Amino acid sequence: MRDARQASALRMARCTPHPMQPTTSSNPLAVEMRGITKRFGALVANDRVDFRLRRGQIHALLGENGAGKTTLMRILYGLYHADEGEIRVDGRPAAIRSPKDAIALGIGMVTQHFALVPPLTVAENVVLGYNPGVRLNLAAASQKVAEAAARLGIEVDPRALVKDLSVGERQRVEILKALYRNANVLILDEPTAVLVPQEVDQLFASLRRLQEHGLSVVFISHKLYEVMAITDQVTVLRGGQVVGTVNTAETTQAELARMMVGRSLAPVERTVPSLATGSAARSPLLRLEGVSAVDNKGLPALKGVSLEVHSGEIVGLAGVSGNGQTELAQVLEGVRRPTAGRILVDGQDLTHADPAQVMQAGVGRIPEDRHASLVLDFTVAQNLALEHLDEYVVGGGRLDKGRMRQHAEQLIAEYQIKARPDDRVRTLSGGNMQKVILARVLERRPKVLVAAQPTRGLDVGATEYVRGKLLEQRERGAAILLISEDLDEILELADRIAVIYEGEIRGVLPRREATPERLGLLMSGARQEQL
Amino acid sequence: MSLRIERRPAPAWFRPLIPLLAVVLTMVITSALVLLVRANPLHAYYFFLVEPLSSRVSVIEVLVKATPLLLTGTAVIFAFVGGFWNIGAEGQLLAGATAATAIGLHMHDAPPIVALPLMIVGGFLAGMAWVLVPALMKVRLAIDEVVTTLLLNSVALLAVSALLNGPWRDPISQWPQSPEIAASAIFPKLIPRSRLHLGFILALVVIAVVWYVLNHTAFGLRLRAAGQSPEAARFAGVKVERTVLVAALVSGGIAGLAGVNEVAGIHYHLIDAISGGHGYTGIIVATLGGLSPLGGTLAALFIGLIDTGSQSVSRALGVPIYLGDVILATLLLVTLATLLLQRYRIVLRRRTA
Ligand SMILES: Nc1ncnc2c1ncn2[C@@H]1O[C@H](COP(=O)(O)OP(=O)(O)OP(=O)(O)O)[C@@H](O)[C@H]1O
Ligand SMILES: [Mg+2]
Repeated sequence: MRDARQASALRMARCTPHPMQPTTSSNPLAVEMRGITKRFGALVANDRVDFRLRRGQIHALLGENGAGKTTLMRILYGLYHADEGEIRVDGRPAAIRSPKDAIALGIGMVTQHFALVPPLTVAENVVLGYNPGVRLNLAAASQKVAEAAARLGIEVDPRALVKDLSVGERQRVEILKALYRNANVLILDEPTAVLVPQEVDQLFASLRRLQEHGLSVVFISHKLYEVMAITDQVTVLRGGQVVGTVNTAETTQAELARMMVGRSLAPVERTVPSLATGSAARSPLLRLEGVSAVDNKGLPALKGVSLEVHSGEIVGLAGVSGNGQTELAQVLEGVRRPTAGRILVDGQDLTHADPAQVMQAGVGRIPEDRHASLVLDFTVAQNLALEHLDEYVVGGGRLDKGRMRQHAEQLIAEYQIKARPDDRVRTLSGGNMQKVILARVLERRPKVLVAAQPTRGLDVGATEYVRGKLLEQRERGAAILLISEDLDEILELADRIAVIYEGEIRGVLPRREATPERLGLLMSGARQEQL
Repeated sequence: MSLRIERRPAPAWFRPLIPLLAVVLTMVITSALVLLVRANPLHAYYFFLVEPLSSRVSVIEVLVKATPLLLTGTAVIFAFVGGFWNIGAEGQLLAGATAATAIGLHMHDAPPIVALPLMIVGGFLAGMAWVLVPALMKVRLAIDEVVTTLLLNSVALLAVSALLNGPWRDPISQWPQSPEIAASAIFPKLIPRSRLHLGFILALVVIAVVWYVLNHTAFGLRLRAAGQSPEAARFAGVKVERTVLVAALVSGGIAGLAGVNEVAGIHYHLIDAISGGHGYTGIIVATLGGLSPLGGTLAALFIGLIDTGSQSVSRALGVPIYLGDVILATLLLVTLATLLLQRYRIVLRRRTA
């Protein structure tokens, strides 16, 4: 009685390479980038990069955080301009000065932060800005969009309002939008970071179908098994330079990792999580009693959630996304008010606390959406100090900027953030933004840590590093609630695993009893008693 | 050949030149109007920009003209930085002027050391009071402050008219203007036999304080966070509603000071034309100045210059005095357009075959 959802949740852990495909390495070139150099001030984000994408090929771009992947693709899409180098599209030199040029050349790009208009329908979004003539015939457009979706095999309802769609569906709209504009080269920048496993499966299925129709894809991801599963070739960047390009069929994850970091990754030595000893005897640091909350639309999202996390324990919260994880995290972060129940941190009632009080009580928060917790136009130093500004105030209410910068320098070194204290956070690579948040939280040595998708967007090394940090906090005696869509991550780190389904906790299993099968059943709605 | 607009940030050295570019462009555009009245644009701009600086008297006059703008501009900057789009400096100025008059009329027995602080505090509080309702409506009910503050400008003007045509009508002349305030309530002159008065110092002090608060205090950083990204600010523990409320009230208070300035420094009584649009010009000052107190100061001085110049240019060349207003309005539009150059670039290129 497994349903599709559950099956896909399981696949996460063991992604099998897809059956050998006819090789694409002799197809004609769709895009050729030669000697691309891009500088931001003194920083060289791309250093004489050569990149060749063949027709009908899925080509991975791999590299550590800040290696220059996004920059290279933004150049191809006309968002940045290379300082040196040339681009050829279908063998002809191309001057790409804006996304408009790129679109005209058949290049489309989908980023993590979608450019969709939420109150409009899917069809309206797809034709928006791509409508010959002045008047918009919506009925006809909607019809055309529906046809295109059917032909391309992209499942999405053209009449649905974008604001009602899930992240995965929105991504499909973005892809449809690019293809509707006749893209034959599609750039996907970390498309899977925001998807649940089932949606990843769907995405891969559509990509393979589109590939057969001759679409070329640039696929950026930090997950090596995804790269192994879907791509034909891999180009690895390190520090802005190309390390090499290899055929996926002829390489291994270990080799790719080695190319990325420039040395072989020693397996991280870490104490195997043990069941927190005698946790029942001690009182929990974090305790939720029958917490309920509503979502943005006012519909119930949490229904009487009760959960305990003890000192020195990591509790993983597993579940298919959209089952209340976001709201639960927000309630604990102090940005969403519960409608019922109580939240206790070390005995202190935080049910109606605001973010300042939550932090005061010793709760560290790693939020799901980094853009909702960083002021993008502030500097790294300012963002790192923002949560505890009062500590930087000297006489007369003056902010000690020197100390703020010093503090930032120290965290930048400790967490290997690729940035300077005075850089605006907006200019950081995705993974480095995430590190800023992590540094800000972990340096406080919180009593209770609420970590939502803490490794999203991080490269392999940084992911290992953060997981190590979480275990370190646990050893120190922190109570950690780890909310993750990555079942691997939860199985690797958690002492106990709670499964959330439609806003209810369906069961809490000690790790040693938590097999993927049992978790899968709970995640798809079974109750613990039925196992 | 085709002209295209591309998204490409301007190099760092170019940015400070953008306001200058705006001024030059504005002159080119408005010279058409000067030509229409058969005057020489170069002469006209000489009188606008150079003549006022050539004598001590007119330099002082530039400072006098800039004084209320320094205050309303700073008021608008403080609100805009916190994301409170206060379009109501005009109404808040009128409220401050009314309070200053009410106090000033009763100060006949008080020495200046009592009268002046009372008027200043009263005007500040009145400006705060005038913005209180829109501010509360914004933070509590999410009602758009652009509309409410704008509407309250008309209410303020009508209320002042009602006062002047009713209880405060001048008993001697029967004009719709208030009696004169007490001599001890009048701002002392900074320079004898000129119009430059204490209000100018007041404005400089306010600017210095606002500059310090915005750039060097925790409150200033929180205010900017709340203005730029309320969601992230709230997450980081900033009490966004309270911060925005404070920003709105202080902004209203500063605009109220501009009203005190006009009553106690220039007119000595209340008339319904007391403002002369300084509240709206404050928005231009804030925008031209890039929402920074220093930029705003330069913008206010520049507008004071054009204001002074428009009088001498009309005297010398017979150009209508309203040309100054046209120039200011054009300047605002051109500045907004050139600000885009910070992020975009206009490119001329040959069509590829
Ligand atoms: N607009 C910008 N201004 C200044 N520096 C920038 C800008 N955009 C990117 N950078 C810098 O260029 C480098 C490469 O960034 P890029 O976003 O391409 O990395 P990435 O490989 O996509 O990393 P990630 O995996 O973290 O997303 C980083 O050090 C980043 O800070
Ligand atoms: Mg990136």
